[in-house]
Amino acid sequence: MPQNRIKQHPILSVSPKEMIEFQWVDKTLQAKTGETIASALIANGIDIFGHHPTDGAPQGLFCANGQCSQCMVLVDGKPIKSCMTKVQPGIHVMPLDGLPDISRLLDNEIISADRQPTAVTKIPVLIIGGGPAGLSAAIELGRLGVKTLLVDDKSHLGGKLVLQTHRFFGSTEAVYAGTRGIDIASKLADQVHALESLDVWLETSALAIYEDKTVGLWRVDLDEYLLVKPDVLLVATGARERSLPFKGNTLPGIYGAGAFQTLVNRDLIKPADHLLIIGGGNVGLIAGYHALQAGINVVALVEAMPKCGGYKVHEDKLARFNVPILTSHTILEAKGKDHVQQAIIAQVDDAFQPISGTEQTLPCDCILIAVGLNPVDEFIQKANEVGLPNFSAGDEKEIAEASSAMFSGKITGLEIAQYLGVDIPPIPNAWRDFEAILKSHPGEVQAIDEGMRAEQVFPVLHCRQEIPCDPCTSVCPYGLIIIGSQDIRGLPSFSAPDDKTCIACERCVAICPGLAITVVDFRKDPDQALVSLPLEFSEDYIYAGDRVPLTDIDGNPLGEYPVTRVRTLRQLSSTRIVQVQVPAEIATKVTGIQLNAGWSTPTNETDLFLETTEQDAIVCRCEHISAETIRTLIREGVRDINQIKAATKATMGSCGGKTCLQLIKKIFREEGIQMDEITEPIQRPVFIETPLEILAKNFQED
Amino acid sequence: MMSFGEQRTYFDIIIIGSGSVGSPTAYFLADAGLDVLVIDRLPSAGQYSNKHAIGGIRATHSDLAKINLSKRSLEVFSTWQERHGDDIEWHQGGYSFVAYNEETARLLKDLVPWQQEQNLNISWLHHDELIKLIPHLNPSDLLGGTYSPGDGSASPLRAAFAFHKRAVQAGACFHFNETVKDFLTKGDRVTGVKTNCGEYYSQWVINASGGWAKELSANLGLEVQVEPDSHEAAITEPIKRMFHPMVVDMRARPGSENFYFYQHPTGKIIFCMTPDPQILGSHTIASSDFLPKASRRLIELMPVLKHIRVRRAWRGTYPMTPDGSPIIGRVDGLEGFLLAVGMCGQGFMLGPGVGLLLKNLILNELDQADKNILDSLTYHRSFSKEEILK
Repeated sequence: MPQNRIKQHPILSVSPKEMIEFQWVDKTLQAKTGETIASALIANGIDIFGHHPTDGAPQGLFCANGQCSQCMVLVDGKPIKSCMTKVQPGIHVMPLDGLPDISRLLDNEIISADRQPTAVTKIPVLIIGGGPAGLSAAIELGRLGVKTLLVDDKSHLGGKLVLQTHRFFGSTEAVYAGTRGIDIASKLADQVHALESLDVWLETSALAIYEDKTVGLWRVDLDEYLLVKPDVLLVATGARERSLPFKGNTLPGIYGAGAFQTLVNRDLIKPADHLLIIGGGNVGLIAGYHALQAGINVVALVEAMPKCGGYKVHEDKLARFNVPILTSHTILEAKGKDHVQQAIIAQVDDAFQPISGTEQTLPCDCILIAVGLNPVDEFIQKANEVGLPNFSAGDEKEIAEASSAMFSGKITGLEIAQYLGVDIPPIPNAWRDFEAILKSHPGEVQAIDEGMRAEQVFPVLHCRQEIPCDPCTSVCPYGLIIIGSQDIRGLPSFSAPDDKTCIACERCVAICPGLAITVVDFRKDPDQALVSLPLEFSEDYIYAGDRVPLTDIDGNPLGEYPVTRVRTLRQLSSTRIVQVQVPAEIATKVTGIQLNAGWSTPTNETDLFLETTEQDAIVCRCEHISAETIRTLIREGVRDINQIKAATKATMGSCGGKTCLQLIKKIFREEGIQMDEITEPIQRPVFIETPLEILAKNFQED
Repeated sequence: MMSFGEQRTYFDIIIIGSGSVGSPTAYFLADAGLDVLVIDRLPSAGQYSNKHAIGGIRATHSDLAKINLSKRSLEVFSTWQERHGDDIEWHQGGYSFVAYNEETARLLKDLVPWQQEQNLNISWLHHDELIKLIPHLNPSDLLGGTYSPGDGSASPLRAAFAFHKRAVQAGACFHFNETVKDFLTKGDRVTGVKTNCGEYYSQWVINASGGWAKELSANLGLEVQVEPDSHEAAITEPIKRMFHPMVVDMRARPGSENFYFYQHPTGKIIFCMTPDPQILGSHTIASSDFLPKASRRLIELMPVLKHIRVRRAWRGTYPMTPDGSPIIGRVDGLEGFLLAVGMCGQGFMLGPGVGLLLKNLILNELDQADKNILDSLTYHRSFSKEEILK
């Protein structure tokens, strides 16, 4: 069996773990201790976990988040979600083909319903979600001594921060800009754990908000279900990914960015060799960079808009590695027998319609969908329905960067304290302005002439787009990098007064989240510059004395030049600084090293003929309801999504509409129906499927 | 669905409510060639109590009128796909009322001969026979139970969608998002309705407004004794077929009375519980009480189900009458007005039967059986009877 494990990673430590054995059908496989069954299977090269009961289509990991049931397998006969269940030594795992047969499971333990339910626990503040917003709010409440319970369904605090290996943008002072997401998660978690009035329940899923204003919590780690009644609820549940309907979209090997990053950055598993990314927002761009760091070839990034919506510096990171960024393109179809082997993409016109004749086939074994996020809003909806006082923070409130989620959480934590009558000074208006700045979209890309030699030694700031970011200004020991404009969105510039000069400490090179700063040094030779470049790839690839291909910021090749030194800085050790020697005329242009090492090249599967799938694009992945079925109903006049539910069962599957509801609305829009003509479906508990035996435990014993 | 073009105001029949009763009634009347308008305050068919029903359909009641209505409904549900091509998920799985104590066993057993006299296919099964029929039923203390193989289930959601679709095809007109505010009268005749959008005239007005029947009928000076009370239900993930009948456990447990569950054709287990004490009012937000209690009752009855997951829970209302039977038919002193309300949580299984009955009434084609049902379910009855099998 192949082991699809990441053996070395430039940022994450690949520490050896004890391996355990389990059975998959008739084979003995190895898993890392503490690993989920889904991850262990993918690490062993297995991506088909079963087949759908209605049409027999192959199914595998999709959400990696316990929200859907596409990763269901049988463990010793019992149907379980493999993405949420850890491997235990000796278990026997079988694919779930069709519906599970539970008739042979043990049923000799009889429980009586002649009992009273257990009492409700009261708490001043309940926070759902231990990501950047929830943690930041909890820290403020903890500092003020407000009794708060924070619950999160994962086994680590940090939310999606724990999947983010890159350095963050934003403000160094306010929200840890320049620090990697994974490290920010630890910093926030440490603060939360140190505060006495905060209680944290990990591996706890919030299931529902009921009529009596209680919140049902499933403590997965303790096998408990209990009801908590907070005075105030903070919903910091973040966002969930949007999906895209295209033919073949349920094939194993098609993931959202969250699932992909979970495999790669949490579990250090390489689920693919050749990745195609759909979506050029920050999520897609960053996921592409993470893939490259994990040794995965990025075949292309496809974006329907005429330009990528994410930060230019993220796009540049991919461009430097020759990843084709295909704007005004979309995916038409994923093809393959049992898993993705090819993608058909095409150019789109101004109305985002595919242009006939522009189709091209890309060989790939994985497609990552990163076409935007929607707030996880079912808790807020229910809290409002039942009249439970509530606040929201982070992506739940408005989709933006994690930096703004942290600041939004901080403000909301204080607002909750005020609501509870804690005597604190008013929250400065400037904070709210700053929150808005952190949320702001990137500005236009500005043309900057890198110019020629400014000094003997100086940093070149290849920062050409206004984004909220300031680590370079805070890290310079002499304060020689400044943002002249009113706020941190302005472009930084280098300016050395007569008495101070750049000392080539390279800290700005190492800290810049955009990898957009170099240091140019002419002190040794006015004709040959030494240029220091950041590198976030394993050092195996580059040594002093090697000749490496260099590029400008846009990825244009500048030729091969020798490496003179590779080093790391003590405080910023996960970014290597590679110094190269180049002719003076290109010194200020050099920005990156074009690496190709580590990635396999796709075998030429473009010519491989694959049948077009019979199946239309799937909208409801749980019940396998096609886009065509929904479209037909809309054309027949249906405007109430509840009626679409009634007719098709779309949104009524395992995930409860978390993926398809947004797609159904998208089809309404495509059909020219205004949103105010549409009736939203009713949200019902439970928000995540829960074992009957857990719910039945909420009773007093004799 | 919206109707386009000129707004029509004259119809043969106006039906208030496109729920479990209104939708099939609209279909049968339109199919008989009558000009039907259905008015519903919600955006599409079956969006209030109908969609909260769990789908059980049985003729094996303890009340003759309900038996006769349900027999007709069973005929409609069981042949619908054959006749119209719509899959409404009809499944003839039967019903089984199970007994875990002597009192329940006696009550059920005593009723069987009478039910058989009414030509119902029902028999008493002993412990072993019942376990053979429902293999994972908790065997300890199980005394036996009834089994009526002719009963079954269908999807209220699919059925409402199909009744509405076929009614439209038969020429019925539906006005959604429109609320009936009052009746139009001329002397002792109801001549139409007034809504938030306009006035409509007809030969007959059928009040099929379920839980709103009381409020609405008060405009005519009537006291329709319908009070909604709320019940909750839930559905699990699907599993391979394990059993067929709807299982009904009539024992009282702390906080609940009847508990019933069945396995849907898609493999999911659907379960429902009667709360004790009853919860009056039209609450539809799930209570925190229901899932733990109902889950515990379900796995008390079928322990192997503890291994599967609950997918979703919901809460709906039973428009209850004091004696547990519907109010159907004319009201003395009012011409052109029919009640079809107070289905007491059985609107889905009674609906098509009620629709066929009202069609006969309107077309003046009532036979003796129809007349017996109408006499039994009249608005003018004393409401003092207590039903055995609610």
